[in-house]
Amino acid sequence: MPYPPALVAPMRAEMTRMGARELTTAADVDAALGDAKGTTLVFVNSVCGCAAGNARPALSMALQHAVKPQQVVTVFAGQDLEATARARQFFSEYQPSSPSAALLRDGEVVHFVHRHQIEGRNPQAIAADLTAAFEKFCGAAV
Amino acid sequence: MAGHVFHPGHEELHGVTVVIAGASGRTYVGRYHERGDRGVVLHDVGVHDPAASALGREEWLARQLRFGVAVDHRTLVVPEAEAGELRRLVEAG
Repeated sequence: MPYPPALVAPMRAEMTRMGARELTTAADVDAALGDAKGTTLVFVNSVCGCAAGNARPALSMALQHAVKPQQVVTVFAGQDLEATARARQFFSEYQPSSPSAALLRDGEVVHFVHRHQIEGRNPQAIAADLTAAFEKFCGAAV
Repeated sequence: MAGHVFHPGHEELHGVTVVIAGASGRTYVGRYHERGDRGVVLHDVGVHDPAASALGREEWLARQLRFGVAVDHRTLVVPEAEAGELRRLVEAG
């Protein structure tokens, strides 16, 4: 059952402040990912205060890097159920977990960060992994 | 593993995805909840049974690391007598 909107509002705001676009319906997801060219990072947000509480700041730090995905979008697991389920179809060979992040290039998953790679790590360490993936897969600075 | 507590107010490994080597030869991967008299309680658990799996243990573990945990049980208690070495999944790579 989704949490009250007021409780998760700050978690949503943290994402949009860093420049991520929220996808709250399956149609939103299809519009963003359906014919995606270039690089897109899909962040699966979560209410878990510990894992997501480190993952969101990590992503925010990573997005300060010179090389980053052309598009950053987010769905909220446990909140926007339809959008999350649809987004996961774009990386269906990966087991669902939240928080998590999928980096897609021309619609193909080129890097995936699972919850188990976030647990117990500080935001700086997670951000370092993300920026390494950005440099490897996102090409020239944008 | 001493030091950082992922979920303050709980055991050090609470909420962390771990691997348990079973005395039976089975391997369990799941989010650690607690260790008590009954054994180790895990959530969202994948189990490798060498007698039933086409994959060897290391190959199966590598798949869990790369593609995430394929969940067989929402909650599972690994009995104390079965629970051998326990470590974080990320350390199994």
